Parts: sequence; structure tokens; C-alpha cells
Amino acid sequence: MATTANGLAVLEGQVSDEEKPGFKTGNHAGQVRTCDTTGLPVCLTAQRFIRLNAVAAVVFLLVGGVAALLLALTRWPTVHLLPADWYYRVLTAHGLNMLILWIIFMEIAILYFAGTTLLNSRLASKGTAWVAFGLMVAGALAINGAVWSGKADVMMTSYVPLQAHWSFYLGIILFAVGALIAVINFLATLYIAKRDKTYAGSVPLVVFGATAAAIIAVVTLLHGAVVMIPTFLWSLGLTEAPDAAWYRLVWWGLGHQSQQINVCAMVSVWYLLGTLTVGAKPLNQAVCRGAFVLYILFINLASAHHLLVDPGVGAGWKIWNTSYAMYLAVLASMIHGFTVPASVEVAMRKKGHDKGLFGWLFAAPWKNPGFSAFFLSLVIFGFLGGITGVTLGTQQINIIAHNTLRIPGHFHTTVVGGTSLAFMGLAYYVVPLIFQKEYPAKALARLQPFVFAGGITLMAIAMSFAGSYGVPRRHWDINFTGAQFAAGFDSTAHLMMGLVGIGGTIAFTGLLIFLLLTVAAVFFGRSNAGKKMEAW
Amino acid sequence: MSISFPEQGWFKAPSAGERLWIGLAIAWCIVLTLAMPYWHFKGKQNSTGEAYRVTPAEFYQRAQKFIEAYKVGEDRYTAIVQPPPGTDVYLTARMWRWDPVLKLKKDQTYRLHVGSMDLNHGFSLQPVNMNFQVVPGYDHVLTLTPTRAGEYSIVCNEFCGVGHHTMAGKIIVEE
Repeated sequence: MATTANGLAVLEGQVSDEEKPGFKTGNHAGQVRTCDTTGLPVCLTAQRFIRLNAVAAVVFLLVGGVAALLLALTRWPTVHLLPADWYYRVLTAHGLNMLILWIIFMEIAILYFAGTTLLNSRLASKGTAWVAFGLMVAGALAINGAVWSGKADVMMTSYVPLQAHWSFYLGIILFAVGALIAVINFLATLYIAKRDKTYAGSVPLVVFGATAAAIIAVVTLLHGAVVMIPTFLWSLGLTEAPDAAWYRLVWWGLGHQSQQINVCAMVSVWYLLGTLTVGAKPLNQAVCRGAFVLYILFINLASAHHLLVDPGVGAGWKIWNTSYAMYLAVLASMIHGFTVPASVEVAMRKKGHDKGLFGWLFAAPWKNPGFSAFFLSLVIFGFLGGITGVTLGTQQINIIAHNTLRIPGHFHTTVVGGTSLAFMGLAYYVVPLIFQKEYPAKALARLQPFVFAGGITLMAIAMSFAGSYGVPRRHWDINFTGAQFAAGFDSTAHLMMGLVGIGGTIAFTGLLIFLLLTVAAVFFGRSNAGKKMEAW
Repeated sequence: MSISFPEQGWFKAPSAGERLWIGLAIAWCIVLTLAMPYWHFKGKQNSTGEAYRVTPAEFYQRAQKFIEAYKVGEDRYTAIVQPPPGTDVYLTARMWRWDPVLKLKKDQTYRLHVGSMDLNHGFSLQPVNMNFQVVPGYDHVLTLTPTRAGEYSIVCNEFCGVGHHTMAGKIIVEE
């Protein structure tokens, strides 16, 4: 952690001068501790809610992870584990627990961290944080209750007029309202930090990125309200069914944009882990921040690519909305894809790892799971996720990919190999620094990001190939046993489905190692309170 | 550091290396932006997005009239229909079947109307792998010219309930 000590030296040097950027007098009223490793101020209220949200996130990661294994073993043709009704039920549970519950609980933890510790501030409101957490947990339980009791076999997208029990929609609304309240609490924290002059200068880059994620979250959750409230009323029998095409249009304003919250949060975590692990420093703050602004401005329209082969919107609308603005959002990712590894390279070269073109990369701290998870996430998201995403979003390729396994093949490289892996890397610092507990079995932890990344990459590539042979997503039997007419796919597609099963099982193994180590660390780990965290 | 406050004067122009990368990225984004509309008009592979609002009941009646007019046989309790080239052709999707079986002529153009009786369905033509969304309440019109003779299956690739994976129909293309 010598690198963070360097960062700290910069901070300390600036505190004396009133005008100079840096920490000033905090507003914690005693409810604060100084981090023994980084020297940063940790608001005790925020610390409690970071812990609570992180624990909730990991619990739902476990639920979604077990579901993932069951799905992988069902789509593996020779295993074909679950019966059809349970396959669709578990698939619904998997999507919601992973994409919504695990990721958003984790993001709320990140917002609470970025708003307080990095700005030397207290959390704006403890009561509001309790309300937000209570609503999110209640919503999460309602969603899981409805799904596991078989009252909501509707997939995560729940396209109307497919109808679930009202408690399912209510659960989503409660969770979304809770998340929105947490986001507002974060924005209020930014406000009181500014008001109380706890710092001077422009906010750190990680706070800027987290704020971009929060702004997109507000817009996203408003879309969620617009689409979910009428659907909830319809499920109670109070109103007519919403129009099916309208639902798809507005739902994707929620469904796709929420992925952009993930992108913003993940990129912020990349910058954070780059700093924590190798002392990376952004090359040009204006460029990095400008890229986050591009996300805020243009990502909404990218939702249109979900409707590229839909009726109800014309070709002109589709082309317009999936070309110019989507590429401005892509530009943002291209910029981060350059500046993040470049900042690592510069930091490594400054440390003397200057041999050849890639000497800095070989010398990087690959034994540190915080670093390996971050860098593998960067590579998987950037190359596999980014390239598949941009190509699937064009009209010509979408027609041969829509609703095939190429789509989950794409997003398992963005939200799983990208976001989830980055968040796992973050956990390797959250547990020692915020929970103040050491990870046991560090050798296993060092291995974990590689196992998970390898498994998810194999699975996602196999999914993409199977999808290019036409294999549908969300499908229990690609042999069409008992169907009206015979149908099926090339034998290569079946081979690919076997690889989906194997890759999924390996990824689950990686996930299980992460879960076991993290739970063991949080509950039984050695306390490091009062001393520095052990170096990875 | 990404977690510390930037020095005053951080708002400055990117360095040469960054400028080069951003320039390349913008150029590539412009290429992509132009490529999609260019190939839409030049390649003529994509649907124009022609669609009309229609109630499922009304669409069903049009489809029934179409089936009665051009029915030439039956296969597994499903009508086989051979419409004259150049006409309007109807295909209905419902949990969990496609009706009717269509018999089309190679190199002739048809206006294929696809509509759903109940939920969202996915029209996925295999093995050519062409996919369209079928949304209840909408008549999705696809102008279609088969270019190769043979038997094609239509599988449903939008989840439509517990029998989703048994939903497969047929299109026959004759020389």
C-alpha cells in the first residue's frame, strides 16, 4: 500500500492552504474514524450502510449464483438438469437477483463510500439510509417470494401481456423507490459536503464517475416508474393491459439504461482499483470526466437497439436512434478503454518497470486479486463486451442475432465478466478496509479472479457461437421434442451448448470461491482494526 | 490519483497520444454511424419497419380468410396454404403454434403479415437465422423474397410460457 501513502502525501501537503484542493475540516461531529491503511476519513454511519448494502449484495449474489449453476447444467445438453417449468422459474430468478439486486446493492455501497470518505463528509441522512435499505430489502424479498413460489414465471423483462402476480411488480417498485432514495441521499451528501466546505477544489474523479452513475440512475428509475406503475395496476385488475410495444419501448429505457449505471460504476471502480493497487493516476482529468459526461448525455438513446426488429417503430427511427448518439456513448467507452490502462502503464513505468512495450504489464501485481479482477474486467468488458455490443446494435447484425444466445453471450461479458468481476475486485479492498477483516486463504483469493474470468469468457464465447447458429436464448429444449413441427440446430451448436455448460460451471466455481472467502472473512476473519491491512 | 482532488488547472487539452486515440475513435464512430444507414438502403436486407395496429381478433379473421382462400392440404392438424405470388400472406403466432404452413415460390415476392394472438413471440426463421419480434396488437409486415428452395422451420425465440420450447412452425419454398 505504499502507493496510497504517496497519494496521501499529496493530500496532506495541501491541507494547509485554504484555497488549495484537498480536505478541509470535516462535518462528522465525532462520528468518524481514520482509515489505518489509507489515512482517509471513514464516516461511521456511512460505514454501517456500506457494510449492510454489501452484505445484502453478496446474499443475492449467492441466490443468483446457485440459479446460474442450475441454468448452465440445464442448457448443457447431456445434463439437461431442470424440468421446463423450473428452468424458466430459475432463469427469471437468476436475471433479477444478479442484474438488479446484487449489482444495485453493491452500487449503493459504492455511492455511500464515494460521497463520504472521498469528500471528507458525513452521510447526509442516517434515517433516509435506513428507509432506502428497508425498502430495497422488502422489494428484493417480495420479488424472490413471487418468483420462487411460481407466481412470476415471466423472465426479468416481464413483457406484457405476460402477467405475474402483483407482488412481483410491487417488489420491483419498492426496490426501485428504495434505490432512488439512496441515490438522493448520495446527492444530498454531495450537497452538504460542498455546503460545509469539507474539501476545496474539484471532486476526485471517482466521485465524479459515481455522480454520473447516480444521475443516470435517477433517469433510469423514472423510466421504471413510468412502466411499472401501470403494469402493477393492471396486475391488480384495475386497468387495461398497457400496450405491448409501448411497454417494450419504455421498459428498455429502464432495462438498458440500468446497464449504463453499471458501466459508470464499473469504470469508477476501475479508476479506484487502479489507484489502490498500483497508484495509477488519470493522465488527463478533463478527458476522463468528459467521457463520463458523454455517458450521461447519450446513453439513453442506445436503448433503441433493443427494438431494431420490432414492429411499431419505423426504420428511420431505428437507424437515427441507434447510430449517431449511440456512437457518442461508445466514444466514451473507447476513451476510458485508453485512459484506464494508460494510467496503469504510466504508474508502472514510473516505478521502474520500463522494459519493452509490455514489460509494465508483466510486472503488474497479478498476485493481488484487486488488480487481477480489475484488469481482467477491463479486458473482458473492453474487447468482448464492447465489440459484441457495438456489432449487435447495428441493424444488419441485429436481424441475425435478436433473441438468440448471442445476446446473453454479449451481456455476460459486460455485466458479469465486466461489472461483477470489477465489484469482486473491489470486495478484496472493501472487506479489509471497511469491515476491517482480513481475507483467509489468500492464495485461493489470488486464484479466484482467473477462475471466474476464464469460466465466464468460455461460456460467453460459446453462447455467442451457439447463437450465431440460431440457438434461442431463454429456451429449454433446442431439440423441440413434442413440437408441432420438427426443428433443431447444427451439431456444432450442440457442442457449443456443452461448452456453455462447462464454462458456466467453471465460472460458478470461481464465484463460489469468492463467496466462501468473503463470508469467511466477514464473519470469521482476523480483525485488522488499528493496523494497516495486509498487503495482497 | 483518482481518489484525490485534482490540482488546480486540471482542465486542459489532452496530450498528443490521447489526441491521436480520441481522433481515431471519433473517426471510427463516424464510419459506424454512416455504415448502418448506408447498408440499410444499399443492402436492402432490412425491414422498413412497416406495421399497423390491429386487434388480435381482427388479425385472426384476416388470417382465417386467407387460409380458406388458398388452402391446399393439411399436415399435423395444420393447414398448408399456397398463396399466389405477390399477394398478402398471413402467419399467426399463439401459445404454442404457428399457423398455417406456408408454401411459397422461389424468387417471388410476398408481403408476409405476422401477428400474435396472445403474448410476445419471436419469429426466428431457421436455418437462415432471421429474427423478428411479434408483438400482440401489431401487424408486422415483412416484404420477403425466398431465394433458395427447401423446408424452413420457424421457431419461437421470445419466451411465451412454459410450452415456449415446443413452438415450431414450417415454411416450404418450392422451385
